[in-house]
Amino acid sequence: MCDHCGCGGPVHRHDHDHDHGHSHDHDKDHGHDHGKLIEVQQSILSQNDRFAEQNRGFFRARGLFVANLLSSPGSGKTSLIERTLVDRGRHYGIAVVVGDLETENDANRIRAKGAPAVQITTGTLCHLDAHMVQHALEDLDLGNAKILFLENVGNLVCPASFDLGEQARVVLVSVTEGEDKPLKYAPIFARADVVLINKIDLAEIVGFDREAAITNIRKVAPQARILEISTKTGAGMDAWYAFLEQSIAR
Amino acid sequence: MHEVGLMQSVLTMSLKAAEAHRAVRIDAIHLRIGALAGVVPEALQFAFECLRMGTLAESAVLKIESVPILCWCRKCESDFHPENQFTPCPKCGLSDFELRGGLEMNLVSLEIPDHV
Repeated sequence: MCDHCGCGGPVHRHDHDHDHGHSHDHDKDHGHDHGKLIEVQQSILSQNDRFAEQNRGFFRARGLFVANLLSSPGSGKTSLIERTLVDRGRHYGIAVVVGDLETENDANRIRAKGAPAVQITTGTLCHLDAHMVQHALEDLDLGNAKILFLENVGNLVCPASFDLGEQARVVLVSVTEGEDKPLKYAPIFARADVVLINKIDLAEIVGFDREAAITNIRKVAPQARILEISTKTGAGMDAWYAFLEQSIAR
Repeated sequence: MHEVGLMQSVLTMSLKAAEAHRAVRIDAIHLRIGALAGVVPEALQFAFECLRMGTLAESAVLKIESVPILCWCRKCESDFHPENQFTPCPKCGLSDFELRGGLEMNLVSLEIPDHV
């Protein structure tokens, strides 16, 4: 700490030797050195955002509609993709990038339903970032795909900050998770374009309070379209497909 | 947990700026983090202490300024600082507001020694 004015800056004394071979004047009127301040003024996410913009350009050039799928683990992101592939896969042309800490399981499930898929195993990392997606795209055969799903790592916190270059953010929440998830994990819901309430077939069994859930989502994400679905029974899926069709056409 | 990745970006950006100014070391790194940024300052600090080893920032201090939530009420046409993003305007009691601050995640400045 600076011992002259308590500014917290490093102490720089003028009684030491300089070994750079020339002399210079140290007679500054304030008698001690505060160091130099370099203004940077950059978003910490600027690196990621640059990659995201490149991805967005690539997606636009290919005419792809790209959705970032976000939720806790087990809300049904992979099941949503599987169901969509079974019902509409041939019709739309769908490709998938899927992120998990470990295993190829999800990519295998998706390939088994006939779609090209690349698995990103993040190791210990809790979210996908735009740079990882860019590399995954190098290995993905997009063919005639019109839709690309980016299935994020199951996590309601960290992925919120990272733009991947997508056109739509789709957040899933299942009835078994309770009605107050949007309030507890507001940042991820706040930027959602669509919120899917999944496993609606279980709502009655688990005593899901539908009104409360919708009120909570509206509170955090008034802009989001809310769809109630069951990837298992197919209930409400038509509204999801209508959303995808509108998005492709755009 | 994503604080490690964010801190890595902070360090990369800081080292680049320091090198551009031919700094021999970085004495301090100043960040501004919004209350709604979803970032835990303690976790950033911890990540910083792990990642700075062997870099120009090895002995640097990390200074985090937290930015409160700032909302702008459309009806009253004035700013207010709510406790969380669900708190309505204290003047009119309505929730018709725009979020204008609290999501910041910025590297503001660096302190480097004056003499190269």
